[in-house]
Parts: sequence; C-alpha cells; structure tokens
Amino acid sequence: MADLTIEQLSKNFGKTAAVSNVSLTIKDSEFLILLGPTGAGKTTTLRCVAGLEKPTQGTIHMDGKPINGLSPAERDVAFVFQSYALYPRKTVFQNMSFPLEARKLSQAEIQQRVTEIARKLAIDGLLNRRPAQLSGGQQQRVALGRAMVRQPRLFLMDEPLTNLDFKLRVEMRAELKRLQNELAATFFYVTNDQVEAMSMADRIAILNHGVLQQIDTPENVYNNPANLFVAGFVGNPRMNFLACRIDKSARTIIGKDNLWQLPLTGNQFEKAARHQGGNESVFGIRPEDVELSPEAQDNTIRAEVYVVEPLGDRTIVDMRLGSEVIKVKVAPDFTAASGESLGMRFELGRFHVFDKSSGEVII
Amino acid sequence: MTQQRESLTRLIGFWVLLGIVIFFFMFPLYWIAVSSIKTRAEVINRVPSYIPYAQFEPTLDNYTSVLLGTTIQSDTGVRASADLSIFRDRLMNSVIIAGSSTILAVILGTLAAYAVSRFHIRGESDLMFFILSTRMLPPIVVLIPIFLLFSNLNLRDSYPGIILLYTTVNLPFVVWMMKGFFDEIPVEYEEAAMIDGYSRLEAIWKIVIPEAIPAMAATAVFSAIVAWNEFVFANLLNRTYAATVPPWLNSIIGVGAVEWGRLAAASVIFVIPIVIFTFLVRNYLLRGVTFGAVRR
Amino acid sequence: MADVRLINVSKRFGESKKNDAVMAVKDLDLDVTDGEFLVLLGPSGCGKTTTLRMVAGLERATSGEIFIGDRSVNDLPPGDRDIAFVFQFYALYPHLSVYDNISFPLRAQNMSKSEVDAQVQRVASRLKIEHILNRRPNRLPSGEQQRVALGRAMVRQPQVFLMDEPLTNLDASLRSEMRVELKHLQQELGTTMLYVTHDQVEAMSMSHRIAVMNLGVLQQVDTPLEIYNHPKTLFVATFIGSPPMNTVACTVVDGHYLQGIDNSFRLALDSSYTARLANVKEVVFGVRSEDVRLVNDDSAQLRGTVAVREPLGDETIYDMDMGQYRMAVKTPPRQMFRQGEQVGVAINPKRIHLFDRVTGQAV
Repeated sequence: MADLTIEQLSKNFGKTAAVSNVSLTIKDSEFLILLGPTGAGKTTTLRCVAGLEKPTQGTIHMDGKPINGLSPAERDVAFVFQSYALYPRKTVFQNMSFPLEARKLSQAEIQQRVTEIARKLAIDGLLNRRPAQLSGGQQQRVALGRAMVRQPRLFLMDEPLTNLDFKLRVEMRAELKRLQNELAATFFYVTNDQVEAMSMADRIAILNHGVLQQIDTPENVYNNPANLFVAGFVGNPRMNFLACRIDKSARTIIGKDNLWQLPLTGNQFEKAARHQGGNESVFGIRPEDVELSPEAQDNTIRAEVYVVEPLGDRTIVDMRLGSEVIKVKVAPDFTAASGESLGMRFELGRFHVFDKSSGEVII
Repeated sequence: MTQQRESLTRLIGFWVLLGIVIFFFMFPLYWIAVSSIKTRAEVINRVPSYIPYAQFEPTLDNYTSVLLGTTIQSDTGVRASADLSIFRDRLMNSVIIAGSSTILAVILGTLAAYAVSRFHIRGESDLMFFILSTRMLPPIVVLIPIFLLFSNLNLRDSYPGIILLYTTVNLPFVVWMMKGFFDEIPVEYEEAAMIDGYSRLEAIWKIVIPEAIPAMAATAVFSAIVAWNEFVFANLLNRTYAATVPPWLNSIIGVGAVEWGRLAAASVIFVIPIVIFTFLVRNYLLRGVTFGAVRR
Repeated sequence: MADVRLINVSKRFGESKKNDAVMAVKDLDLDVTDGEFLVLLGPSGCGKTTTLRMVAGLERATSGEIFIGDRSVNDLPPGDRDIAFVFQFYALYPHLSVYDNISFPLRAQNMSKSEVDAQVQRVASRLKIEHILNRRPNRLPSGEQQRVALGRAMVRQPQVFLMDEPLTNLDASLRSEMRVELKHLQQELGTTMLYVTHDQVEAMSMSHRIAVMNLGVLQQVDTPLEIYNHPKTLFVATFIGSPPMNTVACTVVDGHYLQGIDNSFRLALDSSYTARLANVKEVVFGVRSEDVRLVNDDSAQLRGTVAVREPLGDETIYDMDMGQYRMAVKTPPRQMFRQGEQVGVAINPKRIHLFDRVTGQAV
C-alpha cells in the first residue's frame, strides 16, 4: 500500500477553475474521503490522481516518487467508477481477469486470484454472467473485485454507492469499511453524501468550488467545523443558522429582532474580541444541542411549533422564532400541537458563531 | 362489447392501411421482377399481365442474355449483343468501386469520429456542422468543377478517381453517425481499460470496436447504397473503362427500341447484391441506426 | 375535500392466460379519510405508483371499485375526477411561463381573466413563487420547479391531491426543507393527499398514516409511530428504520428461550412470552439498533466484537461481529469503543419483535 501526496493541485477547464490549489496527504492504509457537493471538483481531483486528467498545475507523489508524467496504466492504481464501467460484452470472470491479462500473468494464476477475490466478495456464483444480468449491488461488487484483483497500491473510488438503493447503501458502507480494514488498503474515496463520509472515513477532506475547506477526522469536522460551509454541509438535519450580532460591550450574542440573547463566557469573549471583521454574524447550533420544555424557565426562548416530524428513533420539531425556523431533535415519543408555544434552550458550549461574509469561525 | 368491436375495427383499419402502404412501395418492384421474366412481345403488350403462369408464360431468356451476352435477333442488330455483354463488366466495376469506397469511408470515418468524440478539438461544433453541410450540397452544383479537377489530375475514367469521390461523399455521413454513436458510449470503458494496464489503442481495439460494430454496419449499408446507386458523377466521369451500372441502365433506354425485358432483368440483378448485404447485417442495422440518432 | 376509498382493487398487466402476466396490485382495501395525508410506501415494483395512477385514472383497475367522495370513479376519465396530480419529473410545460403553467388548468373552466389572475396570485403567494411568475420553468432550480408543479395542482382546488415521488429528484438539504413545507401546507389547507414514495424518512415525517406495500400486497396501514414500534410483518419491520432492524433466525426452545440457528446464541426471554410462543417454533427475532446497548460489564446475555465504528456526529453506529451473525448498535456519540474490542451486548427486553419465520407475521 502507498501513501499519496498532492501538492498545490489545480485544474482548469477553459476559464473555469475546477480545482484550486488543493494540497493533501493520504497516509498508508488510510481511508480518506473527499466530500463536497456536486461540482466541487472532487471527481476532477480523483481523475488527476488516476492519470485520466492532466493537472494544470501541481504535483502528485506516490511513496515519495512523482507520478505526474505517468500514464494511467503505469501508476498502478485501481479505479472504481460511479457507473461501474463493467465491460458489457465480457462475463464477470473476464471482467475481473482483464486487468491481469494486461500484466501477462499465467492462466493458472489468473484463475486462482479471480476465484479467491470472487469468493471474498460473495460473487463466485456469478462468474459466468454478463453485467446486464446482474443487480446493482452485484455489479458494484464486480467493479470492486476488478479493482482488487490487481492488488494495486492505491484504490480510487468515485461515488461507487450512489446508484444503489438506500438499504443496500447502508449495508455496503459497513462492508466497504470492513474490506478496507482487512486489506489494509489505502482508499481515496469521493462522495457527496456526508453520512457516507462520516461513517467510513479515517479522515474527511471537504471541498467546495474546488477549494479545500477542512481536512480532519469525522468527529472533529462535526464538532469543530472550520467555517460556515463545513458546518452546514456535515450533519443531518443540518445545523441551525440564526442571524445574530456580537455586542462586545455587553459580552452577549443578540439574535435577530432582539428576540433572544446569550451571554459569552470569558473564553468565548476573547475569541470574539480577536475577530477583526464586522459584527454581523451567523449563530450555529445543531438540532441535538437544543432543548425543548413546556414551562418557561430562566434562560429559555419562547417559540412556536411549526411542524413535528416523527422519524421513529427520534422526532424533529421545527420551531418558529420570529422569521426564522430552528430544528430541534427530541425523543421519539414527543408530541406537540402545531402552533403550540414552547421554551427553547441552547446548550452553552455547543454553539458556533461564524462571520457572515467570510464564513470563518469566530467562536 | 363496444370495446371489442372498437378494437376489431381498429385492427382491420390498421391492416388495410398497412396493405395500401406496402402495395404502394412494393408494386414497382414487383412489376420490374415480373417484367424481367416476360418475352419481348409480352412486355410491350397493350394489355398488362401481372401473374406468371396464369396470365403469361415466364421465360429466363432475359437473364441469360444479360449475363451471358448471347446474340439476339433484333432490329438493332449485333450492337445489342455487345451492349449486353458489357453488363457483366459494369456489374464487376460497381462491386469494386462501391465496395472499396464503402470500406474506406467506414474505416476513415470511424477513426475521425472517435477522435472528435473523445478529444477536445478547437471549433469542434463548427467542424461538425461543416462536415454535415456537405451533405446538403446538390451534386449538380459541383459537377463541372469536379469534372475539370478530375481532368487535370488525370483521374477521369479511373478506379481511384471515382473511389476517392465516393469515399469523400460518404465520409461526412459516417463521421456524423459514428460520432453520435461514440458520444453515447461512456468513455469510462476505455478509462477503465487504461487503468487496468492497456494503452489507449489497445483499449479501443479490445473494448470500443466490438461495441461499434453494429453502428459501423449501419453506416456501411447506407454508404454502400449511395455508392452503388450513384448516377450523376458516374455518368459524367467514367464512361468506358471504369464505368458502373447505373449510367448503362440509363443509356439503354434511349437506344432505338428498348429491350424492356432485359432492362428489367439487369435491374433485378443490380438490386440483388445490396439486398443481400443489407440482409446479412440486418440484426445490426436497427441498433446501429438508433444508436447514432439519439443524441444526448 | 373528499375521502378516497379503494375496495378490493386489483391490477393485472398482461394477458391473464400468458405466463408473463403480472399482478401489480392484489386485492387492495384502503381508506383515505377527508383531510388526511396518507403515504403509500414501498420498494420499487411494490405497486404504489400503479395504485396512485388508478386513483388518478391513468390506469384502469382490473377489478374492484374506487370512490372519490361519494362517486364511483372507475369509469371516469382523469379530467372528470376533480383530482390534481404532481409528477415525479414535474412535467411542466417548457414553452409556457410559470404564470401560464399555473393558470393552464383553469383555462378549461370558463373563468374570467381577473378571476384566473386572482387564483394564480393566491397560489403563488402561498408557495412564495411570486417573483418567478414570468420565467420559463427549465431555467429554474429544482426547488422552485417543484413548487410550480405544486402550484399548478393547487390552483384548481381539487378534492384530492395525488403526488408521485415529487421530492426524489431534489438534493438532500432541499428535500428536508420541502418535506417540512409540504407538511405545513397540508396542515394549513386541510387537503386530502395521497402521496407515493420509496423513502421511508419522507413517509415517517409527513404522513398521518403510512400504507406499506410490497409486491402488490398491502402490508400494514397505521400511524408512523405505530408502524415503527409495532410492525405487523417482517417486511415492514426491516423496511422502516435506519439502520434496518437487526434480525436473527431462531427456534423456540423450552417455552421462552430463543436459540439462534447455527447455534449463534441463546437468549432468555421473560416467561410471559411462553403463551405467545406456544404455537410457533421457527421465529425471526428482531430488535432495532437503538434498543441495544453496549456494556462493559458481564450483565449482558450476548457478547460481540466491534467490527466497524461509524461516527455519524450526533450518534455512533457500531457494527458488531456476534459470531454467526452481525448486529448494528446505535449509541450516543460520547461512548467510545475501539475496533476489535469485545463488549457485552444488552437488549432492551421491552423492545423485542418476533415474527413467524414462515409467514412473516408478527407474533
């Protein structure tokens, strides 16, 4: 297995910069996921590593050696496409043996390797079928198998689970993670599904408009987002964003239309004081960090129930506060009537404040 | 009950309509075929006869004389027989010329289409439109320039000349169809093969070409039909040595009393190779045509 | 507004005598009360869309009766049924402006121009699309296109709204937003809505009741929480809930003990179960991932090894290796177990589900 270093990678298509100055390192046997919305530049980055696109700028090193000039075949990487790209006229066996034939392995060895991998992926019963005769999940495993037979230094995966139905996707997440552990393989994986990224990655690299936003473990990305974009992209339901301003003299955060306020601790105030930008900010708090209570208490903010969504293992209540809506995660047996007035409490120490224009985190 | 009657009427109406359409298209072909087995007297008979054996005695004389060039007793004399033996030579020329130009057009056109589809070429859409626009050109317009060009280059009445011309005429169509086809084949197959360890050419040969065969067959059929039936340039440029069949069929009509029966027989023989070719590739034809036509 | 009743409705595609005839819907009995938001939920091919189309009149029922309000509508063409249909792909008229799209259904009725205008404005302000009335649909983002499609349906004030997976083509964040808006809208307007989806989160969140279908057969009709907490069949139990309910095939031993097949485990149930399990030998044991806890002491009946750890931010899912079978366990984020660690697996005895292995019915 190999480690990968990408330095200052940029790729332009005409005048559009799909990828801008991205630098990251993937350690040996690490599962790194490149996460971002559609068009963020993640697939382009992956294809540059594969050799399917030529970078406009920047270098890529594998195990310390530069690979910029190498053709895809010479890089010894395996690529799993979003559409699987299984050769339609070949059987499953032939699909998996095709890469080995390029390397001029003996028939016996090819046979042995293919059947071994097929058994591992539970597709050994399908070796004589054509891709068109397989289900989505089975096709996906064949695509994986075709990558695995080569024992490459690096696995590149382009949203391989997107075309599977929901249940299968949940199952495959655990499967893929187990596989990566077993093989101790280096996985460079691309997706726009943040749940996938959170559940499988050792580290997540978040990309937006071709620019790297943050690269960290799932827990850190969730609990300490570097900016407004990351905070809003990771987490389901999305983090609540409320307009606010910081009153430095009173050491409080004041909400829109003065409907609520929150005192700042000394630590928090220091961070706010250091911030150079204007006072217009965005207050962010996750739905699970908001509490609801029917009685009015000291530091509760009164709001109205807009919609109640019972999801089985939890209930999400949408609360209307002035012109803004806040989602609150509560116990599954919670009930409330639409329009009912309840008290909300924000868990102190679990909120973030972001600069409105730059998006960078203040607190 | 009403529903049943309604669908029965619809069914009958459908078949009647279909029958009319089929009749409209097939009757001329039938007439030619039937004429080809009539005697000279029967062919010019005022009262037309349609059904062999029932209305007239069929004969294969027309076919034998067209193919074997036997001398026949006719008012026009010996010249007729010489004309008829030419048919075989002309048929041979048609096969060579149409065949070569078709093969060339398909191979070159496919390669060009692949390049335009896969690689970003500056002014790509303009280039493609330019290619398509040649199809819009009425041949008559370039008749004289081509004639002068071919004269100066000594390409008149030669095989290479006419083959070159037909290839050029068919190339735009092949490129246009095959490009649409290649656009439909996801590039991921070649990329997967390249990642698997093959060079781009190997990837094309092993993966893309097998996929492309139906479309190539379709374009081959259309190119062949064009070259096979081409009259204007063949008539102008190749008069004797490398002459094809269509001008000859035309020339017969103006010579004294027309041998309709033999003309019909020659026509039938001329149609057969194309029919056979189309029949052989019929399975690929439908797939090939729709592939190229559906643009993303 | 009106109620919708389906009485013993079936739909067959293909000739009855030929082998490839397919019963898309089998003997369906369903009542949608006036003002109810009922969701038809199931995997693709279960018959939900066919059912919706039969109510709409786009398909003809092979047998059975369909009532909208007091009228039997089997023989009525769609235009006479006073219903509105929102398609999955919106089906907006591309050559008409948004205004014209919405006013289109009104042209069939003889309304004056000012009346039509009033109706369109009413709907547009409700859906907050006044600002795009002059634009063409194909240039709008999907969220707005979706609202235009809704507007076109709403403007006629029909008796019933029929919706065919209208949110499927939206990206995740827009989908959550639209779910809330749709639910709120339906509550406000009090319209009868029959909604089809394969997304169980959508079904749980928006509906008054869910009708779960599989292979043309109605499995269960109930409120979301009832379906979640008391599924009547194994299919319903494993279809709703993410991750899917953990299931293990077992045999009943000694009255109230469950023995996993392949000797995977032995679980002691409360003696009160003896009566329930008296008539059944082969069962499927089910428990949801949030009703299982990981404990470090010996109190748990089962033990397992952590195979995969999926940190999702607000909770963590542990994929446990239990020997012959696997279990997914949902825990609060603070609990940390490392991969490979051996822990006790404690099951909440009040939240166990049992199903007959042969029939799939709840026991």
